Order: sequence, then structure tokens, then C-alpha cells
Amino acid sequence: MATRAVLEPAFEQYLARDGEKGLLRFLTCGSVDDGKSTLIGRLLFDSRNVFEDQVQAAAKATRNRAAGEVDLSLLTDGLRAEREQGITIDVAYRYFATARRKFIIADTPGHEQYTRNMATGASTADLAILLIDARQGVLPQSRRHAFICSLLGIPRFVVAINKMDAAGYHRAVFERVRDEFAGFLAKLGSPQAYFLPISALAGDNVVARSRRMPWFDGPSLLEHLETVESGGLQASTGFRMPVQCVSRPDHAFRGYAGQVVSGAIHPGDMVTALPSGRRSHVRRIATFDGDLAEAFAPMPVTLELEDPLDISRGDLLFAGSGHPHMAGRFEAHLIWMDPRPLDARRRCLLKHTTQTVAAEVTLRHRVDIHTLHAEAAPALEMNAIGVVEMVTTKALFFDSYRLNRITGSFILIDPETNATLAAGMILQPVAAPAGSGPVTAAERMARWGHRGAVIEIETASLAVALERALFDHGCSVAVAASRSAASALKGAGILAILVTPSAPLRDVAAALRQLQQQGVLVSRDTVSTGGGI
Amino acid sequence: MVYTETSTIMQTLSHLKALEAESIHILREVVSEFQRPVMLYSIGKDSSVLLRLAQKAFYPGPIPFPLLHVDTSYKFREMIEFRDACTRQVGARLIVHTNRQALDDGAQPFRLGTQRCCGLLKTQALLDALRAGGFDAAIGGARRDEERSRAKERIYSFRDVHGQWDPKNQRPELWNLFNGRIGPGESIRVFPLSNWTELDVWHYIHRDNIPIVPLYFAKERLMLVRGETLVPVEQPFIPVLPGEKPRLVRCRMRSLGCSPCTGAIRSDADTVPKIIEELIAARRSERENRVIDHDQDGSMEIKKREGYF
Repeated sequence: MATRAVLEPAFEQYLARDGEKGLLRFLTCGSVDDGKSTLIGRLLFDSRNVFEDQVQAAAKATRNRAAGEVDLSLLTDGLRAEREQGITIDVAYRYFATARRKFIIADTPGHEQYTRNMATGASTADLAILLIDARQGVLPQSRRHAFICSLLGIPRFVVAINKMDAAGYHRAVFERVRDEFAGFLAKLGSPQAYFLPISALAGDNVVARSRRMPWFDGPSLLEHLETVESGGLQASTGFRMPVQCVSRPDHAFRGYAGQVVSGAIHPGDMVTALPSGRRSHVRRIATFDGDLAEAFAPMPVTLELEDPLDISRGDLLFAGSGHPHMAGRFEAHLIWMDPRPLDARRRCLLKHTTQTVAAEVTLRHRVDIHTLHAEAAPALEMNAIGVVEMVTTKALFFDSYRLNRITGSFILIDPETNATLAAGMILQPVAAPAGSGPVTAAERMARWGHRGAVIEIETASLAVALERALFDHGCSVAVAASRSAASALKGAGILAILVTPSAPLRDVAAALRQLQQQGVLVSRDTVSTGGGI
Repeated sequence: MVYTETSTIMQTLSHLKALEAESIHILREVVSEFQRPVMLYSIGKDSSVLLRLAQKAFYPGPIPFPLLHVDTSYKFREMIEFRDACTRQVGARLIVHTNRQALDDGAQPFRLGTQRCCGLLKTQALLDALRAGGFDAAIGGARRDEERSRAKERIYSFRDVHGQWDPKNQRPELWNLFNGRIGPGESIRVFPLSNWTELDVWHYIHRDNIPIVPLYFAKERLMLVRGETLVPVEQPFIPVLPGEKPRLVRCRMRSLGCSPCTGAIRSDADTVPKIIEELIAARRSERENRVIDHDQDGSMEIKKREGYF
């Protein structure tokens, strides 16, 4: 066919363009009966992303119920119990695409008892649509969901004030709800929010702009979703890659496989491995599709380094300015998800990036979701949010959740039932209280920012100058009288300076450079790259 | 709480690259955290994509788990030929499992009905094969856009000692932190393609030039034409109505299952771009011509609770 021959190159171009389309993950939340499932049904239906047989199946099921013509919420509620009860129990994922973007929707439950499923949907979203029933106004669950979305670091909100059809499409109704909720969001310190009046049932301002609300001239919901900046999951830390596994197909190749969770990396870049603190340069970024000149988040890669470092699963590779924390004691927000409440203190397993360690959780306080105030509480019930102190048996390498949603997040697991108990978002490391058992190497390292080492330097006066420089930077350092004394100090995590006339080190600056290159100094707090010393 | 926006110019991945990244991360986690993982290989287009993702995840090493094909013996001939050629080319270890006992007892869809036939030749066979291999994680190519109950399933889907799924009591699944901890006899079904749509799969096959079974491409095939439905005539037991004769119809399979239970669709699409063009124009969803999903309201959910993929 002649027409086909003409059309085909255009279609190939379309395919190439379509493959490069961006992705936006968002969730819908709000109180029960605020119309989430109907909104998604409407979004899919009006953007022609529903198949005919799915509409027919929904129409068939509608007859059993007292809804309108076709109950669009039936397009999304998937479990029998949900269809029977007419509610959403678990998060359901929906997919649709327009010419501009592909979308992944997490349709989350409104009932308070399913809040944990809502948090699941929020953890990977880069935008949240919060629905509020115009007639009901702001409900406790609206605030709870906004708080959880903010806690989970979702950088963009859309507040859709729904059921405007039942509120006479009145501007005053919209503005009253908007002003009330904007006040609450401001208290959360929340990111940009786009408020708009809609009717999911009647289709106003969902895909097409409404003619029944001429007083509102903002873009429709879909227009906003298509154009809002995406990439909300990207972190503001430098290069980080938790090592997932070591690839050793033969003796010639040793690669570290993992996903870049923030920043970018290039062949030749220097990377530091934690916990060892050792450094090397990237030789190759190996992938099935060929070696790369650059990899950035969230690309999965296999890195080959110039030097054989002892690295295994659970270790972290990082580069650039800004070091991750390395500590076994930190403060975090926790969303408790288990029917059995968290008592004041509990032992459990903690999974963070690619490692699972034993941990102890201590409840500091509960957060009141209405006032956002801390309140004393003996326990944290399911779906409650609290601030806790975590102590792990092994140091973790992390950033605060605010800076990095991957290196700052963790889950707690019950060692007996294997249930997922809680979602955690790290706030910051905390100092250990005095007298809590033997001091571990990890604790020393977290406190001092370095591991033990022997530094050989040429003269006694240089040794004194170096000791002063390191001491002033918070290091634990001493000049050793003998090789055996130096070795003992090193074993205790201390920097031992040994005067050796034949030593190659001839000045303080060179010694400091060497300590950094060897990865002896690791803490962001103690490493100063300023040229003073 | 104030979340700072990064000031640097951020690079973002296309949606296909983002999906690929997520899937590879999942595959690597499975291999790192389970003792004996296995990949369910059904020969369909989703399995082809999964296989390619496994190659990518472990490159330059080999795929570190075997592939398991649950063969009902009613698959299309071309599927079996493709399976053998493809796994050999990739260098993967293939395990084929069949419920011999049920077949010897005469199991086939027209005698038992599709529900019981699937129960024996697919669900039971799968559970037997997983138990026989001692597999603690089974990776499958199911996608959430396929069917309503799948839309609710986690990427790591916990199964009890009987291989059953409890949809009302799923583990919360946050960020990319998967809880793969299980007790003796329990297992996890892992779905790395959860967030892919049918269209994504086709785009990816096109972009990465991934080999697929020729049955997906239109050509003239012998079919029984029953109104809109085209029934392939590979198996001798397909009941032929009086006066009915197979005819050559230009058609293709939109999804691949057992030949008696997979209808073909009339189509001219004989290349991947043409298939994508057809899909975009299509107004019917993919599993609609799979008889087994519709034999009862919520039937996929029931099958999954019982242990079906």
C-alpha cells in the first residue's frame, strides 16, 4: 500500500520520540468517599486510556449498585472485598500515558486503618494529589495524608477540591476550603501546592477545563500533570551507590553492581568505599549495552575500579563533596505498620539500602497529626507516627532523608514473624550516651571521623606539627615512642605518628593528603580540604 | 519540615530507561538475598523482556539462576522451538516441568473445563516444580496492568507454605526496600515488570531488538472462525462443529498461552512497529482473548490466592 510506505517513517519517528517520554509517579489520597477511585476512573476514561471491555465490565458490575450510569470507580477497585464493600483497601497501581508523559498512579486507600498502604504508595511518588470533598471541607484524614506525604518527602502537591457539582460550583466554597488547607500545608512547610476545583463525577477540570466554573482559569488536572516539573525523587547529595552484589565472572574482571541513587559518576572519578574508607578511581562503567562515559541516578551499573578494594554487598561507594554519615545511632521518623504496637523499646531487624542489621528502637515521642506537636506516648499504635532513636549493631552509611530518599530511608522487620513493622526516615545521627558498654570500632570511627593508622614522618618537629594539625581537627592522635606502641594505638582506632628518618613524608600537607587519599579520614565533620594545614 | 530542592540541573531518564533501572535493581536484590531463586519462563513476550533484563542485570556475568518452564503440553509448537533456541543462545539453564500424572489421567480443557485444567496443569504443576527445586524465590513476568487483582499485588509477593497469596494481608512495600525474609517452606514471587504496561513491553522489544515468538506476527494460519473468535487448531481434541472447517486467516496472537485457550486476532501486523500501531488503535485489553480470566467474577484473584502466578 502506497499510503503505508509514506506513513511508516513518521511512525518510526513517533516511536523514537515516544520512547524518550518522561515518567511521573503520583499518588491520589484523601479521606474515604472523597472520590479518589472515581477521579482516576475519570482521568483514564477522558484521556482514552481505558479499554472498551473494561468499561463494559464496570457497567455490568454497576447494575448491582446504586451509582450513576457507569461507576468509574469500578475501573480501579480490584479486589472482590473492595468491590463488595465499595471501598479501596490496598494501594492499586494504574498506568496511563499521554503524548507528553507516562504516568504511574498509586491509588491509595482513604480509611484510617489502611494508612500503611497509603504510605507505601507515597514512598515512591514524586507528586501527590490530595482530594478534599468540597461539602465536607478539611477532614482529619486530609491532614493525616498531607502530613504523611510531606514526611515521605513528596516535593509537589495538587489539592483537588472535589464534588464541586454538589456544591453548586460556587467559588466561595472552593476558596473557603483552599484557605483552610493552605494554612495547614504552610505549617508542614510543604512544597508547592496547586489548588483546583474539580468534579470527578461530572468531569470538570479533570482532563478538560470546566465551563461551569468560569471564575477559575488555571490548567486542568491533566494539563498540570503533563507540565509540572518531574524528577522529584532526585536527591541533593553527591554520588552514592550502595553495592548490591560483586560480579566476578572470571579472574580478569571484578565489578561492583548497584544502582546509582544520587549524583553522577564518570570513568576516572575517585570513589570512596565505606566502611573501609579506601579510595580508588573508576576504570570502567560496564553495562550490557556497552561501557558508559557517565552514569547518573537511577541507572543500574557495574563499576570496575583501578585498585582491588575489599568491597561486598552492603558497602557504599560515594564521591564528590559531602560525605555520608557513618554511625550506628540516629534519630528518625517512624510510621508504625504492625497491629502489635511499638512499646517503649524493641529489638528488630533494620533494612537500609542493601544491608540488613540487628537494631534496637526506642520511642522518643509520638507526633500528633493534627497539631504536628510532639506528645509523650507509652507506645506507637499501627498507623501512628513517632520520633525514635535507632541503635544498630553495625554502623550504617546514610544521609538524612531530607537530602536523599534512598540513603535516608529504612524499614523495620520483625525477626520472628518476618512482617514489615515500620517505615523509617532518618533525621540525623545522635551522640551515644556515656557508659553504654564496650566502645566499638564503629563508634570510635563515628566519633573521630577516622580509622586507626600509623603515619611515618621524617623528623620529630614534623611529628609535633602534624599531631597539632590533626588534633585541632578533632582527630584522636598521638606521637608514638616505638613501632609497637604505634601499632597498639592504631588498633584502638587512633592515629599514631612515628618518627622514621627514612620516611618519604617530608611535610604536614603531604601527610594530610596521603591520609585523605588512603581514606583514613572519612567523616565529613573532621575532613577539612581548606588549605590551612 | 522543609525539603530542599536541588539547585543543580537534573538529568532524567526516559520512562523506558526508568522502568529498566527498577527491574534490574529488583533482579539483583533477588539474587543477593535468596538462596535458590528461579525465573519462570513462559516463552511469551514478557518472558523475553525479563530474560533480556536478567542478562543486563548480571552482565558481564552469566544469568545466575535457572529458568523454569511449566509445560502443559498444550503450548504452540512454535513456542517450544523458540524456547529451546532462545535459552541455548542466551546460555541459560532451562528446567521443564509437566504434570505427567494429570495428563496421563486425560487432563485437557474440554473435558475438565478451563478452571480445573489450569488448576492441574499450571497451578499444581508450578507448585510441584517449585517444591521439587527447593526454590525460595520465583521471578515472574506478570504486570499490574494485565488484570484488576494484579494491580494490587506487591513486587515481592509473599506466599505461604501452600504457595497461596493473601491479598488482604500484604507486606507494605516502601521505596526500593524489599522484605524478602521468609520462614521454611514459604516463598516469594517476584514481579520485576510490575510497573510496565503492555505498550512499554512492545516499545522495549522494539528499542532493544529483543527476539520474540513468531506467533506474535501476523501471517496466514489455519483457524476455526467462530464469529469474532479465531480458534487455533493445533490440538486434535478441539471440538469441531458440524460443517465447520478450518480456514486460512491472516492473524496473530496478542498473548500466548495454551493453544486451545488462546484466541487469535485478525491482524496485518507483521513487524513490531506495526504491532504497536495496532495496539494504540486497539480498544480491547490484552487478556480479553484469554478464556481463563473470565470464567468467574474475580477469577484471576481466586487463581492467585490458590497459587497461580
